[in-house]
Parts: sequence; C-alpha cells; structure tokens
Amino acid sequence: MNAMTDAGLLKDYEANAAALPGAGSGWVDGLRKGGVHRFEGLGLPTRRVEEWKYTDLRTLVSDPFGPADAASDDVSVPDMDLGAEPYRAVFVNGHFHAGLSDLSGLPDGVVALPLAQAMQDSAAFLESYLGRIATLGRRHFVALNTAWLADGFALYVPDGMTIERPIELVFIGATGDTRAAWHPRNLFVLHPGAQATIVERHIGETGTYLANTVAEIVLATGSRLNHFKLQDEAPDAFHVATTQIHASADAIYENFTLMTGSSVARNQIAIELQASGSSCMLNGAYLGRGKQQLDTTTLIDHAAPDCKSSEIYKGALDERSKGVFQGRIVVRKDAQRTNGHQSNKTLLLSDKAEVDAKPELEIYADDVVCSHGATVGELDEHALFYLRARGIPLEEARGLLIDAFVDGAIDEISNAAIREAFRSHAKAWQGGNS
Amino acid sequence: MNILSIKDLHATVDGKEILKGINLEMGAGEVHAIMGPNGSGKSTLSYVLSGRDGYEVTKGEVLYKGENLMKMLPEERAQAGVFLAFQYPVEIPGVPTVTFLKQAMNSVRKARGEKELDAFEFKKIMDARLKELSIVNDMVRRALNTGFSGGEKKRMEVLQMAMLEPSLAILDETDSGLDIDALKTVADGVNALRAEDRSMLVITHYQRLLDYIVPDHVHVLSAGRIILSGDKSLALELEEKGYADIVAAAA
Ligand SMILES: Nc1ncnc2c1ncn2[C@@H]1O[C@H](COP(=O)(O)OP(=O)(O)OP(=O)(O)O)[C@@H](O)[C@H]1O
Ligand SMILES: [Mg+2]
Repeated sequence: MNAMTDAGLLKDYEANAAALPGAGSGWVDGLRKGGVHRFEGLGLPTRRVEEWKYTDLRTLVSDPFGPADAASDDVSVPDMDLGAEPYRAVFVNGHFHAGLSDLSGLPDGVVALPLAQAMQDSAAFLESYLGRIATLGRRHFVALNTAWLADGFALYVPDGMTIERPIELVFIGATGDTRAAWHPRNLFVLHPGAQATIVERHIGETGTYLANTVAEIVLATGSRLNHFKLQDEAPDAFHVATTQIHASADAIYENFTLMTGSSVARNQIAIELQASGSSCMLNGAYLGRGKQQLDTTTLIDHAAPDCKSSEIYKGALDERSKGVFQGRIVVRKDAQRTNGHQSNKTLLLSDKAEVDAKPELEIYADDVVCSHGATVGELDEHALFYLRARGIPLEEARGLLIDAFVDGAIDEISNAAIREAFRSHAKAWQGGNS
Repeated sequence: MNILSIKDLHATVDGKEILKGINLEMGAGEVHAIMGPNGSGKSTLSYVLSGRDGYEVTKGEVLYKGENLMKMLPEERAQAGVFLAFQYPVEIPGVPTVTFLKQAMNSVRKARGEKELDAFEFKKIMDARLKELSIVNDMVRRALNTGFSGGEKKRMEVLQMAMLEPSLAILDETDSGLDIDALKTVADGVNALRAEDRSMLVITHYQRLLDYIVPDHVHVLSAGRIILSGDKSLALELEEKGYADIVAAAA
C-alpha cells in the first residue's frame, strides 16, 4: 500500500475551485473532478512506487503548498537570444502575464492562447483534446495538475502551415516567502504537415514552489514539432513536468531538455509512435550541483512499424548532486523494422555525486534494431594534466572538458540559434551562474 | 643562475622508484640531449618536471630559475615558462584545437601580467606559426589531437611550444614518428626558437635529430640515473655501439 501524504496540495480545494477559470462548464468541472478523485487516491509517490524508486520527494512533502497568487509586477524575463524574434507567452506563478507577452503577428488560422482564455474562446478545441493524451492512469502529478487545471498554453497549427519564428513559453516562479504550487497545462496540436518550434523556459530566482507542468501534444501525419526546454528553476524549487505525445504517420518530434535548476526536478516524456514512419529524437543534458536531484524519465512506445527513435542524454554532476535516468523503450509486436537507439552518459565531478541509470528495453517484435548504452565516468586525468601543462588553470581545464562532454548532447539541437543559446546557458552553469 | 638545477632527484610512481638520483645543470640558452634505453626513466623525468600527479619526489631538489619547481602546480610551471612536448600527446575530443590554443596562450599571458589577446591578434600569431611549421589551417579546427596522425600530433606539440614561447622546453621524443621532411620542419621550428634565454631538454633515441638540433651536452640515462655525459659526439658513439657496452661499463 502506498498510502501517502498529499502534502496539502489539495488544501482548500473546494474554496478555490469555484474561482478557477472555466468553472461551471461541465466538461472542465468533470475533468478537474476526475483529477481530484485520482489524486486523493494516489497521493504523492513514495520510493516504493517503481517509477519513483530513485527520486526522493521527502523534502516536497515536509510542508503544505498553497495555490499561487499572480506575482507582483516587478518581474522581468531575462534575455535569451533565440535567433529570430519569438512569439512569447509569459506565465508568472502559473498565471498568464499579458504585459510580458507578445503573441502578435501569428499567421491566420493559428490558435495560440493562454489556456484560461481558450476555455472561453476555443472551448470545443480544448474539450476534444485535454485529458485525452495525458490520461490519469497512475500518474500522480498528472492527476494533481488536472485537479487544478487553470492556465497554460494552447496551440493549434492548421494543415501544412509552418510557423517560422519560435514560440517562447516562459514560466517564471516568483513566490517570495510563500510556499506555493501551480500546475500549467499546455496543449499543442499540429495538423497534417504543420511545423512549429517551441522553446519553454522554466525559470525562477528564489522561492520554494512546486511547478507541475503537463503538456499534451498531438502530431498529425507528416507534422513536425521542435520542442526545446530549459529548466532553470529557483534553487529551492520543485519542478515536475510530464510531456505526453501522440505521433501519427511520418510525424517528427524533437525534444531537447537542459536542466540546471531546482532542488528536485523530474522531467518525464512519454511518446507513442502510433503510425508508421513517425520518429522522435529525445535529447537532453542535466547539470547538477549542491544537493540537486535531476531526474529524466522517458518512455518511447513503438506501436507501429517503421518508426525511429533516438535518445542522447548527458549529465554532469558535481558536489552531492544526483542524477536519474530511466529510459524505457517498448517495441510492440506489430512494430517491425523499428530502429531505436538510446545513450546516456554521466560525468561525476565529485565522489559524492551519483547517478542511477536504468535503461529498459521491452521488445515484442522480431525485426528490430535497438541499442542502448549507459556510461558513468569521471574527468580524464590525462586530458586534465595535458591542459594544465599548457598553463590552463585547473578550474578552467575542468570547464573545457565538461563543456566538451555536454556539447556532445547539445550538438543534437537542430536549430542553430537555439543550440547556441542552450550552449551558453550550459557554459554559464560552469561559472556557477545558472 | 642556471635555468634548471636538478640535484639528487629521486622519484617514485605507484611506490616504485624510477628516478634514482638524477643530477643535471642547464645553463640559459643551452640545449641538452637525453638518450637512454626504453624504460630508463626519460619520460618520468619529464613528467616530474612538469608536475604530473602520481609522481612523488622522495629525495633531492629541482630549482627552476632559482625557485623550487616541485612546489608549483602544473599550470604554474607552464605559466612560468616550463613546456613539455609530450611523447604521447593526449587526444581531447570535443575541445577544438583553436579554442585550446587561445585559452592556453591567454592563461600564460595573464599569469605573466601581459594583456590577453583578442580573437584577431591571436589568429594573426597562430597563422604565422602554422605557416612556419607547414601545418594546414584545417587541423586547428578539429578537436585537439583527436584522430591526428602520429606525426601531426608531434607537429602540434611544436606549434604549441612556438606559441607559448617557454624558457625551458622539454621535448620528449618529438622526433619519433616523423617522416624525414617533417623531421626537418620540426627541427627548423625548434631551432628558430633557440635563444639565449631559452633552454631545451631534448629526449630522443636518434642521433639524426641531433644533426639538426645540435646539442651542447648529451646525457645517457639508464635505470633512473645519468650514467654518462658528453658532447655531441657521444650521440654518434651511442648510435654506433648501442647502450649495452656503455651501460655495462658504467655499472
Ligand atoms: N604506474 C607505474 N607503476 C610502475 N612502474 C611504472 C609506472 N609508470 C611507469 N613505470 C615504469 O617506469 C619506468 C620508466 O618509464 P619511462 O616512461 O620514464 O621510460 P622512458 O625512458 O621514457 O622509456 P621510452 O624510451 O620507452 O619512452 C618503466 O620501467 C615503466 O614501466
Ligand atoms: Mg618515454
């Protein structure tokens, strides 16, 4: 039995629920009720729950979290050069912030709205997708997110349309001294042949908060989503993200997630390659120090023949930080000619740092090419000495080698400008600046 | 004052004594060659001088320009002008050679209180040295030493030396693996660096290099000791007779 505290995450729920956007419309109420019910049953996962074996949430449950207020006005978005000027939606403590956002100039036919507004303007669109991709199952944090369903970002790209400039979604945590939680819900739907690039930034300077994001993504035939994410939450924050994708025939999903922030972070991605020819590239880097726990958990479900998946995750862990990589690949019986490759490499920069790597391949088809590899290593002493023997101080020499290692993952980012932006963020982490 | 003064140097690796009482004095501007059988401790000496971890000095002292060299970190030694051209240069995937060169040069300049070079100034110097050493520009865009041929790696060592302008250069078998033309180019590169205030310790197995880089002194290292020293004719003699007799005679 996993009887488990809910950490006060549903505290004063009834009183608050009435004021949530969309309250009163049957389908939203129904969705939320389902979330509440499920979360009451599940609570938060303990380490006895198999998928949560390696990440310890005890610090999360130590005190209750209240719902978050929209923050004061003195919030700003630090610059990040994404090449082209992005369309931007900013959320502060989970609430859409119109003043910092600029969604103007999107092509006709595109729906790009904060969720609270979409509940009014595009209710039918939301109703036909929300909760259908990120189903509740035994997903503790999806249940919790659904219970509090309020804001987030909804995107719909019509047939054959390419949105050239990136869409930047910035989630800022600014809670001051209150312990608060928010639960952004994103929905991205690309119709056949559509293409878009989304950059998510989850950032915060200070505060003990829980940012629990769920994204539901539907990629129709031949569409492509480039989805890049930076997780640089405040040092005491908790970040849990669940990204669920359904990919139709020949659709391509690319994800890169760079994690440097928060005290505990769990980045979960689950993709169903539902029809032949679809593919995904799930890549990322996790850079930890202090007592950070950075968890990457992926599930790639090859449900159809002739699909491809590749994963490259790299971590650099210093001090007493901990990394987790759980990568599950399922190849169903009909998924012949599947091509799946997974690689996870971690560099331990201190003898107190640790990583748990758990690749899992479940293959039920016979004609498949699948591989996985996980390595854990330290900085190469010979290389360090060579650099120092040329006058490069130890810290800088370490920096060069760590950069070189992490670059191996960052190089996978297909968009050149975003690749450089992420590279500089990773470099800044070295200097302790991120 | 001598550039390098080694007195009764003993050093161990993994608890095993490899250097067993080395004495060596090098004046400014001098070129000394060290020859000796495989495993006699030549590379060990070069690592001890450049400060590699795991090499423990158990006795004796090493003064560099009058300072206790053994107390300095490897990077401090390099910044102070000690340069080791590695017998086996390390491949460092992911670090572009040009990034490395610039960082090395600027680290050394910074430590010496000189202005750091901007990208333009740096490139000018690098391009000039590349040309002198007949190294194609493409090579510096590749990851440091990664996939370089044996000869290319050695040339890269000499390039680094030319750029860092050390006071004491230790060349550990920089001639091994070079074709005849490359040997000439590398030797020219080294000779171009010969200067009154720059000393060189040239470790080699072959007299041929010493035809190009003519040493002031030649030493024979055997089983962790210098058993014989002489002028450049000693190298010729060694080439003719081999080590066996000399080692036996000295024992
Ligand atoms: N970690 C170690 N433990 C024990 N012995 C070691 C270790 N490293 C080196 N040695 C030994 O030290 C001795 C000297 O090695 P060194 O590399 O200095 O020789 P060398 O004179 O440079 O030889 P070569 O001409 O082949 O380059 C060798 O016998 C070698 O096996
Ligand atoms: Mg040697």
